Amino acid sequence: MNIVVCVKQVPDTATERKLRSDDKTLDRDAADGVINELCEYAVEEALKIKEAHGGEVTVLTMGPSKATDTIRKALAMGADKAVHLVDDALHGSDALSTSYALAQTLKKIGFDLVILGSESTDARTGVLAAMLAERLGTPQLTLARKVDIDGSAVTIERVTDYGYDKVEASLPAVVSVVEKINEPRYPSFKGIMAAKKKPVETLGIADAEIAADQVGLASAWSEVVEFAAAPPRAAGTVVKDEGDGGAKAAEFLASKKFI
Amino acid sequence: MLGDEHIELRRTVEEFAREVVAPVIGDYYERCEFPYDIVRKMGAMGLFGLPIPEEYGGMGGDYFALCLALEELARVDSSVAITLEAAVSLGAMPILRFGTAEQKERWLPKMASGETLGAFGLTEPGGGSDVPGGMRTTAVLDGDEWVINGTKAFITNSGTDITGVVSVAAITGRGGERPEISTILVPSGTPGFTVSKKYSKVGWSASDTRELSFTDCRVPSENLLGERGRGYAQFLQTLDEGRVAIAALSVGLAQGCVDESARYARDRQAFGQSIGRFQAIQFKIADMEARVHTARLAYYHAAERMLACLPFKKEAAIAKLVASNAAMDNARDATQIFGGYGFMNEFPVGRFYRDAKILEIGEGTSEVQRLLIARELGVGA
Repeated sequence: MNIVVCVKQVPDTATERKLRSDDKTLDRDAADGVINELCEYAVEEALKIKEAHGGEVTVLTMGPSKATDTIRKALAMGADKAVHLVDDALHGSDALSTSYALAQTLKKIGFDLVILGSESTDARTGVLAAMLAERLGTPQLTLARKVDIDGSAVTIERVTDYGYDKVEASLPAVVSVVEKINEPRYPSFKGIMAAKKKPVETLGIADAEIAADQVGLASAWSEVVEFAAAPPRAAGTVVKDEGDGGAKAAEFLASKKFI
Repeated sequence: MLGDEHIELRRTVEEFAREVVAPVIGDYYERCEFPYDIVRKMGAMGLFGLPIPEEYGGMGGDYFALCLALEELARVDSSVAITLEAAVSLGAMPILRFGTAEQKERWLPKMASGETLGAFGLTEPGGGSDVPGGMRTTAVLDGDEWVINGTKAFITNSGTDITGVVSVAAITGRGGERPEISTILVPSGTPGFTVSKKYSKVGWSASDTRELSFTDCRVPSENLLGERGRGYAQFLQTLDEGRVAIAALSVGLAQGCVDESARYARDRQAFGQSIGRFQAIQFKIADMEARVHTARLAYYHAAERMLACLPFKKEAAIAKLVASNAAMDNARDATQIFGGYGFMNEFPVGRFYRDAKILEIGEGTSEVQRLLIARELGVGA
């Protein structure tokens, strides 16, 4: 089975994250780039499926050249090879154009199963899996906490507010995963050393037949008009218990619509 | 001297220590419980196989890779770091270096995966560095079996549920000028081999340390590790390497003290400002950083010589001496910076303080390191 895992490099959530003042896109130089946490779960699930059913795991990322660190991490975990879509023309792409660029690349490299994390810690749109499936014309199985493959059928448990739905589709398909699905492995030293020798193919937009006027900041369907730092946390409300503390606390919670 | 793969390994172990060890180790420590779950995960990521060749199920890395892993673990906790150090440097490495093909085949793959821990029984209740003078344990060849009698003290990893074998140093003959010492592999569960209950220790509380006793304990003659009579030379080599590993572990603890203190100095307010604005605190943290930096260079240097097959006895002794000093000094300063909270077990610095002292004692005391350094300089000969 040909499994492709889409991974994304995001700014480390432990550091201060900023937008650039000039074009209002993410300031990628301001923070350390790390692999998006949910992408690690996607890589782990791909490796598990490969271990159980055989096949090959390809890592696909779209990002600037420093995203190679993220690729290396996925390769060190055990993925077989990688494709890095990197082109200045992609800078500022929104979710729609990103899904277009990735879909074009996926069509070019081929796949039976595409796995990705259900959202990234930076943009947090959570729509990429759905958009990719639509563009690729495959079923979408999102928010999976469990994935089973049986021949050409893929079944997932999709988390919901009330529990889970069992959803089945046939391959090829796009699956997005949540953190309940597994416990990502830490790369071993052997994996780290092996990763240095694994092939990483670098593609520009022309290589992947991506139309320049469909990607990038100028073509984005959504625009960041303005941004501001989150206001500092306001002081809390102190409720003094004069025999009616419980009622006052309940009143407060009700006023905030918690109860 | 760090290659890309070393840097990547260090980052991976740092993440593991922060994400897997840090959140739970305080509880294990308080309960004096061996953290089997953490050890299993360390095994899964190959830490126990770092310097073991791939043919024996290892990672095919070098001893320096092990040192980096020890440093990063000890930044967060020394109990898990010493468990790894003892298992690899004292448990597996002597078998890798001196074992027969059968011994390597039998023990190394399970040790490299962390499934089985090995231990090294050298120290006795009556003597640590005083070998062979202080050694009382004997092994006598009776037909095709060794019969071992004696007691070993302070043996790390010797009594866990996953301990597989202890390399026991014993006197095997008294004909010559000095007693003949050999090392014999004694599998856990061998009749006559008794593991006492865990010591109650000042620090390293989540690691396993026991007294072992041997009463007419019989093992096959082929359990001899390396040549008969070469036990002394073998453990001198093992200990030289081990000193570099303990230096790395000490550097980790000393660095952990800097990490915690720098964070606390930013957050903790006193007299209307964060305490990091007081020079008394700044100078302390600067001294701590200087100590850990020089100690790290010392162990890097010793490790570099070791890997280049150059003499490194003096460098290993210096690294162990300065790094354990740095650990003790930094732990004391970090505790002072934390004030009352530093005396509470729930903060890592309290653990660092308790864990630091043994670094000046184990794997050769600071006094022994000084003796070795002076001897290498030809002083007192």
